[in-house]
This record gives sequence, C-alpha cells and structure tokens, in this order.
Amino acid sequence: MTPPAIPPTPPPRRRTEFLDRGSYRQRRLRDAARLMPVLGAVLMALPLMWPRDRPDQSLTSSGIIYLFGLWAILVVLAFVLSRLLRYGAAAAPGGDAER
Amino acid sequence: MISFNLLIAVSLAYVAFLFAVAFAAERRAAQGKTAWLRSSAIYTLSLSIYCTAWTFYGAVGYAARSGLEYLTIYLGPTLVMIGWWGLVRKLVRIGRTQRLTSIADLISSRFGKSTGLGVLVTALAIVGTTPYIALQLQSVTQAMGVFAANSGEVWGPSDLNRSAMWVAMGLAVFTLIFGTRNLDAHERHHGIVLAIAVEAVVKLFALLAVGIFVVWGVAGGLGPTRALIDASAQAQWAPMPSRWIGLIFVSAAAFLCLPRMFQVLVVENADERVLSTASWAFPTYLLLMSLFVVPIAVVGLDLMPAGANPDLFVVTLPLREGRDGLAILSFLGGFSSATSMVIVATLALATMVSNHIVAPSWLNARMPGAVVSGDVRRVVVMSRRISITAILGLGYIYFRVSGGGEALAAIGLVSFTGVMQVLPAMIGGVFWRGANRWGAVAGISIGFAVWAWTQFLPSFGVDAMLSQAVFERGPFGLSWLRPHALFGIEGIDPLVHATVWSMMLNAGAFVLVSVLTFPNPLERLQGAQFVNVYEYSSGARAWSHSAAQAEDMLVMAQRILGSSEAQALFRAEAAAQGKSGLLPDVTPDFLSHLERELSGSVGAATAHAMIAQLTEGAMVSVDDLIAVADEAAQIMEYSSQLEAKSAEQERTARALREANEKLTAVSIQKDAFLSQISHELRTPMTSIRSFSDILRDGEVDDTARRRFAGIIHDETNRLTRLLDDLLDLGVLESGQVQLNIGEGRLSDVLDRAVMASGIDPARVRIERTPAHEGVTLRTDLERLTQVFINLISNAAKYCAAEKPRLRIKVRQTQGATEVDFCDNGAGIPPEFESMVFEKFSRLEDQGKAGGAGLGLAISRQIMTALGGDITYLPGQGGAGFRVSLPAAAAAPAP
Repeated sequence: MTPPAIPPTPPPRRRTEFLDRGSYRQRRLRDAARLMPVLGAVLMALPLMWPRDRPDQSLTSSGIIYLFGLWAILVVLAFVLSRLLRYGAAAAPGGDAER
Repeated sequence: MISFNLLIAVSLAYVAFLFAVAFAAERRAAQGKTAWLRSSAIYTLSLSIYCTAWTFYGAVGYAARSGLEYLTIYLGPTLVMIGWWGLVRKLVRIGRTQRLTSIADLISSRFGKSTGLGVLVTALAIVGTTPYIALQLQSVTQAMGVFAANSGEVWGPSDLNRSAMWVAMGLAVFTLIFGTRNLDAHERHHGIVLAIAVEAVVKLFALLAVGIFVVWGVAGGLGPTRALIDASAQAQWAPMPSRWIGLIFVSAAAFLCLPRMFQVLVVENADERVLSTASWAFPTYLLLMSLFVVPIAVVGLDLMPAGANPDLFVVTLPLREGRDGLAILSFLGGFSSATSMVIVATLALATMVSNHIVAPSWLNARMPGAVVSGDVRRVVVMSRRISITAILGLGYIYFRVSGGGEALAAIGLVSFTGVMQVLPAMIGGVFWRGANRWGAVAGISIGFAVWAWTQFLPSFGVDAMLSQAVFERGPFGLSWLRPHALFGIEGIDPLVHATVWSMMLNAGAFVLVSVLTFPNPLERLQGAQFVNVYEYSSGARAWSHSAAQAEDMLVMAQRILGSSEAQALFRAEAAAQGKSGLLPDVTPDFLSHLERELSGSVGAATAHAMIAQLTEGAMVSVDDLIAVADEAAQIMEYSSQLEAKSAEQERTARALREANEKLTAVSIQKDAFLSQISHELRTPMTSIRSFSDILRDGEVDDTARRRFAGIIHDETNRLTRLLDDLLDLGVLESGQVQLNIGEGRLSDVLDRAVMASGIDPARVRIERTPAHEGVTLRTDLERLTQVFINLISNAAKYCAAEKPRLRIKVRQTQGATEVDFCDNGAGIPPEFESMVFEKFSRLEDQGKAGGAGLGLAISRQIMTALGGDITYLPGQGGAGFRVSLPAAAAAPAP
C-alpha cells in the first residue's frame, strides 16, 4: 500500500454560501452595475408616453432638458459605481461570482 | 474672406502634426514607455472614433430634419458603456486572453477557430463598412467644397473627386505607416491610438466651440435659444416609438459590432481597469458631443437661406458670421472625425482580410506539410498593406460610383444594421456554451441576407438595385418577399422593419441550429474558454516544451484515466525510458501511446485534438485542456456510476438466485431432516428394541446376553449423543448459548483438539507450523476446541487419500486470525459446497461417518456465537475449511 506520489486532483472549487458584509456589498454593487443599462433604457423610453394632445406639450426643448438631465444622472451613477466596484475583487474568496 | 489655400495649408499642417504625434507615440512605445499610452484618458478618447464625420456634420442635419431622434445614436453606446461590467468587461477579458485581433477573430475563434466564419464576418464587415468609408470621404470633400465656394471657386464633381482621392491617399499612407509597423500578438498600434485621441480632443473642442458660439454669440443666450427651438419646425418632439427604441438598440449593437469599435474597445485595450473610467467618461464625451446639436440646427435653419444643406451648418454658420478661424477649426473637427474613423476602420478591416482570407489561402496554396517558417510574418504584413490599400480604394470607388449625395447620407444607419448581424453570434458565443459554429453560420448568413434584401439593396433607391416592381409586388411576384413588407406585414418603418426581421431570423436560426447540431471538440473547448473566461484567464500560461509538459499531461491524463491508472501508465513509461519517478520524456512513442490510452476513454478524435493541442498548441493552454478533461471526467464518472449500479444489480440478482437455490435445497432438506431424524432415531431404537426383546424372553446364554446388553448400551449412547447434538444445535441456533470466555494460546487449543479427536498419528499426518501459532486468544476455548475437533475428525473420516495429510495453517490478517484446515482428499464437489454447513448434510451415506451430519452445522453456529466465521475454502487440493477469529479474540503473543 504505497501512498500515491501525486495528490489526487483537487476538489472542485467550492462556492461560498455566506459572505462577509464587504464581499456581499461588492456582489450587490455588481448586480447594480449590470442593471444600469436596463434602468437607463427604461428611463430613455419614458418620454414616449408623454402627452402629445396639444402642440405645446412634449416640446423638443423639454425633451432636451429631460434627456440630457437623465444622461448626466446616468453618468454620475456610472461614476459612483466605477469608484465603488473593486476591480481586483475578482480574486476574492469564493471566486468571481459571475453567475 | 478665407482663402482656400490657407485651408489646405492648415489641413496639411494638421496632418503633419498628427504624423508627428503618431511617430512620437511609436518611439515612446519602442522605448517601453507605454504606461501613459495605456491610460484611461487615451482609451476613452480613442473610443470617440464612434463619432464620425457622419455624426460631426450629420447630427446637425439629422436634428434639423428629425428633431431629437439623432440622440438615439449616442444613447445606445451610453447604455453599453454604463453596463460595462456585464458585457464589455467580458469581451475585453476574452480579447486579452484569446489574443483576439478583430471581431471576425472573435467569432471565428469562439466557434472552433473556423476559417469559414472568419471569412463570412469579414465579408459582412467589408460590405457594411466600405460605404461608410465613402461617406467620410464625401463629408470631407463637401466641407472643402464649402470653403472653395466661399473663396470664389465653384467646385464641380471632378474637383470633389480629386480632393477625395487625395484625402484617401493621405489616409492610406498614414494607415500603412502606423498600422503595419508591428505585428505583435496584441495588435496594438500606439501611434494610431494616440493620433485618434488627439483628433478626439480636436473634434470635441471644435463642436463645443461652434455650439457655444452659436448659442451665446448668435442666438444670444440660453433663453432665446430655447425660444428659437420652441418656434422651429421641430418644436414638438413626437418620436415614433418603434424607431426611438429600435434606433437605440441598433446604435448600441453597432457600438459593439462595428469592426473599428471592436478594434479600439477590445483589441487596443491593454488594461481592463481603464474600462471603469471609460464607463462614465465616454458617455460624458458623447453627451458633450451632442449637447449643442439642436441649437446649431435650429439657429442654422433660422439664419441660413432655405435649401442650405443642414449637414454642413457646423461649417457654414461660422463662415456666414465671418468667423473664419472658427470655421477652420470646425473643418478640422470634421476632418478629424472622418480621418480617425477611416484609419481605424481600414486597419480593422485589413487585419480581418489578411488574417482570415489572405493568410489562410496562402497557407493552403502551399504544399501540404510544408514547413511553415518565419516568412509567414512577412506574408501577413504584406497582405495587410495590400488590404489597406484595397479597402481605401474600394471606399473611393464606392464614393465615385454612388456619386455622393443623399443616397450616401442614408448609408450610416444601413451600415449599422449590417454589422449588427454579428451580434447574436457574439452575445451567444460569450454567454452560451451551447452556441456552435453551424448556428453562427446560419444566423449570420440569414441575418446578412435579410439585411441585404430589406435595407442594403433598397438603400440605393428605387430602380437602382431593385426595380419598382420588386418593391410593389415582390420578386417573381412573391408578394410576401417585398423588401419593405416581409411576410406581408406592411406599414412598418423600413429601418425598424429591417432591424426586427433580420435580428429575429438571425437569432432564431442561430439558436435553433445550435440546438440541433453538435460542436466539435475545439469549439467546445473554446466555448468553455469564452463563457467561463473569468475562471480560466487568471493563470493562462504559454505552452513550453519542458518537464512541465509531461507533468501537465499527467494532470490531464489523471483527470481522464483516473489517478492510479494514469500514474501507473506514466511510471511504466518512465521506467521504460530508464528514468525513475513519474515523468517520462515526451517522445512520439509516448504520445501515441498516451493518445491511444486517452482515446479509450474519450474517443479518438478528442484524444487526438487534446494531444495535438498539448504538443503544438501555442493557443491552447493547459487550463483549456483541463476544462475539457473535467467535462470528460464528469461524463466518465457518470457512466462508471451507471456501470457500478448495473454491476451491483447483477450482484444482487446473483445473491438472490443463490439464496433461492439454497432455500429450495433447504426446503428439500427440511423434509429430509424429518425423515433423517426419525431414521436416525429409529435405527438405534430398532436394535435396542429387538435386543431387549431377546433379553426379556431370556433364552440366551450369558455370553450372548452380555454382548446384546453391550449393543443396547452402545446404541443408547449413540442416541444420547444425537440428542445432545440436537439440543446443542438448538441452543446455539436460538442464540441463548452461554459463552465461557477465557484466555489461552492457540497452539494449546490445537494440541488439545488433535489429542481429543483421537486420530491415529500414524494414519493421518498432521502438519502444523508452531511458529505461527503463538497467538493468545480470548474467547470460549472449550467451544473453539469443539470446532477444531470437528474439523480434524472430519478430515480423518472423509479424507480418502492413500496417505491422508491435514495441514493446519495460521495466518494473521487485518482484524482477524485465520486458521485453515486443508486435507489432501478429494474435497467437496462444487454443487455441495453450499450445503456442507447444513444439518444432516453428508456427502456419502451415513454409517461411515458414524455421526448424524451435525458437526459442521454446530461448528458454524459456534463460530458465529464467538464473533468469527467458518467457511469452506475451495481450490486447496482437497477439502479446506477456514476458521476466522475476530481480532478482539486474538492478540499476538508477547
């Protein structure tokens, strides 16, 4: 009964079920980052529902203000997220939670 | 009044400046100082090639015609970039780990390094991009024409053509110089990237300057500008919902799929981290680029004479206001937009053409098996240079043939929807492992065809490519194939119509065919690589021929063959090579041997691919192979589980069959038992009764009386013994036996048993090995002796050999002491083996044995009670029995 010279293949990477608060927050931030385009798309489509019964409704100038305002807000949100998302956290325990 | 020559001089100076910038960047890069070239600012600015002359000049014209709809072109990419974490990051990571050179490379590489797919995507990209290049040439020459007209010259078509040719040639020279300088694995072009970053600043600055001038210099501030907007023809914003959403989708998709965008977004990306900055900085850039578009359009419409081309308001407004410097700046902005787009698009296309069409054809044209040496590099560089020239030439020819004008202006979105046909294959390939090559080919082909039919060919205008009749009644009278009303559904906006149908049919075919066909091993390998890029990319290492290779092969083989088998295989091979340890040299013999071994497990094709990749693969790392090996191991584990299960079922079935046989035999025996027991009892009883009858009648002499009484006595003893045995067996079977545990040596127990069995040492030779018998037992010694006596006397009774011999062997095994009793007789026929421990089982007729056949049955019951066992040992050259004592009962003598 000689012990094997090479250790058997390592067990498959385990997925951690419970994370500490920091890692948990990171993952939720990633969820938020993935959902950003959805949020943006919904808000961009919103003006389609503006009332257009009279010629003075849904003015182009209001559209400009709304869309550029929305744009700026999206940029600020993306900026905040890009600061909060730790890029190197991919190597965090439990692996990169890509699913 | 600005002279046209001044414009030319300024333009040439600007171009010289760009050359200098590019040269400087290349020099810095050559010195290894690339850190700042990789900065997020440069990266973000290089993304701005999305904003071409079409958007620099054309956005204002678009806004003048359709209000806010032009914004969709910028909103789509904004959505993509703010969602960078989900998709763009993955693309960039894949691009880096797979060393992708273009979007055609992405598709081809993902789907098993398929040459055909690479060609298909390249063709699609050329068809989609060439008109776009022509559009850029048109923009620049039109703007030049404005200046020429301003300085009193009137430009005819030949002047436009000549200037377009000069521009095209200049661009070709620039791209040739900076696009084919190096052929490094990552296809990064620092000179070009820095030059387009500079151009990005120029065009943003120019557009902002014109915008600020128009709002505060011409219109008189924000309030009056708003009033102007509210008073214009575009006062109310009434977007068509399908177009609004459709255009945002198209622009988002094009942002990802345009060859030039893929080039800057993925190929030229040297560091993923810059993405997090670009995620908000690039949307900011787009916001600023589109901020003043509506004011410029509205003011232009208000001030410029009716019929003025709104596409050129950015230049004509400053000129009209006498701001020549601003006009030149604006021209340079448009020039920058056009040139940066053309340079990168040409470069991306040329890479695709040379990598996917020219190089494979060249390699194929050579003798098969010819040694591919270093001269491939030269061929690739050459083919790339030719491709650059050819693509720019194609763009120029397209510009000449189409004759410019409105038809060309519409090409922007047509081009977007064309290249978008790669999207399903790209997204599917990156997120879905099941996506395969046939699915991608089907999807892209169908999407390409639908796009060409519903949008590209009609874009040339009625009666240009397709006749009026085809538009109205469909080809060959097939009305459901009308280009703008596929399947008879009319009334959809042509762009939305083309987008929806091409995407639906494309994605549908892609998914359906992928589901129905099988990928080849390399595709599956690549699929795992792409979809799980974050798990595999961390330790991607290059392959090198070294001891590590054998080790990695062992790792792989272990996953497929199992640890011990693989190790045995490798150890044997190493030993055959005269090496110790587990790692043999990687010789061809060993490889073919290993391949055969592997093919036994995973099939020949996979094994071949795996070995081939291991030995040659510069592209496939060990982790890739392990990905496949893992999968194979899973399959094998599953099938071995199935195998184990069926083996277990077989064993159970056999056990049941045996039990059944035994039950049948036992039931027969039960009947036999009753007759046996009556027989066993009756035989002595009969003789006792007969002799006691004779004695009662008293007519016998003294000698006979004594003899008869002796017989009666013997028979009574026999009956008593039989009844004792039966009682003993009954007690043992009921489990109520009282054990008398004591300590003693095995040798003493055997001595006593041999003695008590009363066999004649002269007749039966007993062979023992006293050295092994020094075991101290802690058990019921009397009972154990009883078992041994039984076995020894059985051997003496039944052994039919001429010189009977009984061998008693003692063996220590894990957790038990085993005592074997083997004689040299005839043994027990196999059909009786299962019966020897049953009651009253005797092989021959009773009488000879002189017992009732209860000995072995009792022995077994005793051994069970003692926690041990007694079994028949077949194949010992005679009858053999093994008595096993549990370890608790035995301890080696001190």
